[in-house]
Amino acid sequence: MATVDLKDVRKVYAGGVEAVKGVSIAIPDKALCVLVGPSGCGKSTLLRMIAGLETISSGEVSIDGKVVNTVGPTERDIAMVFQNYALYPHMKVYDNMAYGLRNRGTPKDEIDRRVRDTAKTLELAHLLDRRPRELSGGQRQRVAMGRAIVRNPKVFLFDEPLSNLDAKLRGQMRVEIKNLQRSLGVTSVYVTHDQLEAMTLADVLVVMNGGLVEQAGAPLDIYEKPASTFVASFIGAPPMNLIALAGNALPEGTKLVSPVPPSAATLGFRPEDVELADAAHDAADGMDLEAQVEAVEPVGAESFLYSATGGGRIVVRVPGRAIAQPGDRLRVLVPADKLHWFDQAGKRVG
Amino acid sequence: MSPRVVFPNKVLPYLLVAPQLAITLIFFYWPASQAVYQSTLREDPFGLNSKFVWFDNFKRVLSDPGYLNSLQVTAVFSVSTAFVSMAVALLLAVMADKVIKGRGLYRTLMIWPYAVAPAIAGMLWLFLFSPSIGSLAIGLRSLGIRWDPLLNGTDAMILVVSAAAWKQISYNFLFFVAGLQAIPKALIEAAAIDGARETKRFWTIIFPLLAPTTFFLLVVNTVYALFDTFGIIHAVTGGGPGRSTETLVYKVYSDGALNQLMGVSAAQSVILMVIVIALTAVQFRYVERKVHYG
Ligand SMILES: Nc1ncnc2c1ncn2[C@@H]1O[C@H](COP(=O)(O)OP(=O)(O)OP(=O)(O)O)[C@@H](O)[C@H]1O
Ligand SMILES: [Mg+2]
Repeated sequence: MATVDLKDVRKVYAGGVEAVKGVSIAIPDKALCVLVGPSGCGKSTLLRMIAGLETISSGEVSIDGKVVNTVGPTERDIAMVFQNYALYPHMKVYDNMAYGLRNRGTPKDEIDRRVRDTAKTLELAHLLDRRPRELSGGQRQRVAMGRAIVRNPKVFLFDEPLSNLDAKLRGQMRVEIKNLQRSLGVTSVYVTHDQLEAMTLADVLVVMNGGLVEQAGAPLDIYEKPASTFVASFIGAPPMNLIALAGNALPEGTKLVSPVPPSAATLGFRPEDVELADAAHDAADGMDLEAQVEAVEPVGAESFLYSATGGGRIVVRVPGRAIAQPGDRLRVLVPADKLHWFDQAGKRVG
Repeated sequence: MSPRVVFPNKVLPYLLVAPQLAITLIFFYWPASQAVYQSTLREDPFGLNSKFVWFDNFKRVLSDPGYLNSLQVTAVFSVSTAFVSMAVALLLAVMADKVIKGRGLYRTLMIWPYAVAPAIAGMLWLFLFSPSIGSLAIGLRSLGIRWDPLLNGTDAMILVVSAAAWKQISYNFLFFVAGLQAIPKALIEAAAIDGARETKRFWTIIFPLLAPTTFFLLVVNTVYALFDTFGIIHAVTGGGPGRSTETLVYKVYSDGALNQLMGVSAAQSVILMVIVIALTAVQFRYVERKVHYG
């Protein structure tokens, strides 16, 4: 129904804070684009610029190929789900959902039909006569979703819509949002700082840092080939292990069978990309690392071994119950094709 | 509801409310009961002796055409004053909400009129609109508007309402500014995204959410217009011309203090008291029900 294109978008706030420093993203029709990044990196600002709630300092925002820089939020035909839901406290759930339709002059019987249909989809039908304060957090979240969906807008915008829910409900709603978005086929932009939410929801994942895009692409591509140490440590839980190389020298207890790329300053590997070996076994290629287990974190299906090495602390992920105890010594092998190299500036090499 | 404080000592809580109780007793209940007592007495013109006349004073008051006129004047005056001062204050508060540069200065200036004593406020308006020397009256005349509050009852009413409302605007403004600030910005943004333009947003979101503030101010302004405007009327029109600006409170004064009809005046005070109690009760019972707190 709509594409969203950002071209070198910048935002300088009145106080002189440059919150967004030139972001270009192309979101295809029907795609769900997730903006993820640490607190203060400018995600909300960017989303609010797409919504028309913040002026655009420079660059272009287009919806459906039409530049909307000067179009107010009222005319953009978007819907937004706010972090605190922003439900109208003096209106019943029904009126909260009908409000946008009424403002656009939809006929009464059509409003009624659409509100009831949407309420049914979201299992809100029995709550239509309540006021927001008489709802639980999860129900409020659904009403906020309903208010967005019922209008059938060109674009959905979500600003951390699940951050006020408990972990279990968050998981459920995540799946539900994904299904709804896919079945409605509405182009969406979703802001979160939760990398798990980002990975699972995104068609297009955009990792932001300090007002800039660090990397954009399909979630698994980003996971497998992080463009920088920042992305490597932000995406994935637990994050990628990073070991600094001092010049060309390796930290103590570390052996490399593969050649080091010329400009590499840091090497990284995912916690799950390791093999625990006994002393007799030698690495065919890649890296060979000695580590001492400091803590074991069993989470059920897998266990995390937090271990100390000559190059700093690493995490190793092993399936099922941990075979090691704190204090045990490990030999960690990482195959060459699972090693990631980064240069002095933290950019990916090779 | 916030948790209750529990005092281990049984006497301390009473001691803590005692000053407030004492003030209320001395300055409200005692004079009020005096008024009730006096409203049943009739004094001779020299105040030498008085006799108990049951409800005779009330009968006299309620059959006095001057009193009925005064009731009507009070209704017009109070409703207009409360409406004008609240409407103007709300308009200014909404505008102040949009001011970004010099916000503090603008607000400070808005608050100043509140510090002016009612009689002084009345004098200011009297001078400004005095038909012969008032600069604004001259301006009105040059626009071809006939203006004479000394002879025309409607003009006089407009003048006292303006002065009384002007005085109260600052107070209302402060509350409306605070009320507006308490409305989450996200709600306004959500409404904008929901396709409501500015005027629509005001009437469907902002105004209903301001209802607690508006309701509170309605009570305060009604009481203000009924009681605290004596100084203004006294200074500006003295109840005239004729009796066109003689409100209930002013009539209590002119009958009691000027004409020395103590019993009649006391009866009027008692009626006034009943009116205010009834009004406030009605406001809380019926208007508050339509108000949504949060
Ligand atoms: N109205 C404003 N005026 C000035 N600076 C602002 C304003 N809003 C945000 N900022 C600044 O802009 C930067 C980006 O803020 P933004 O709200 O976009 O971050 P975010 O990525 O959404 O963070 P979070 O995950 O904490 O919500 C921050 O440094 C913030 O302090
Ligand atoms: Mg944010």
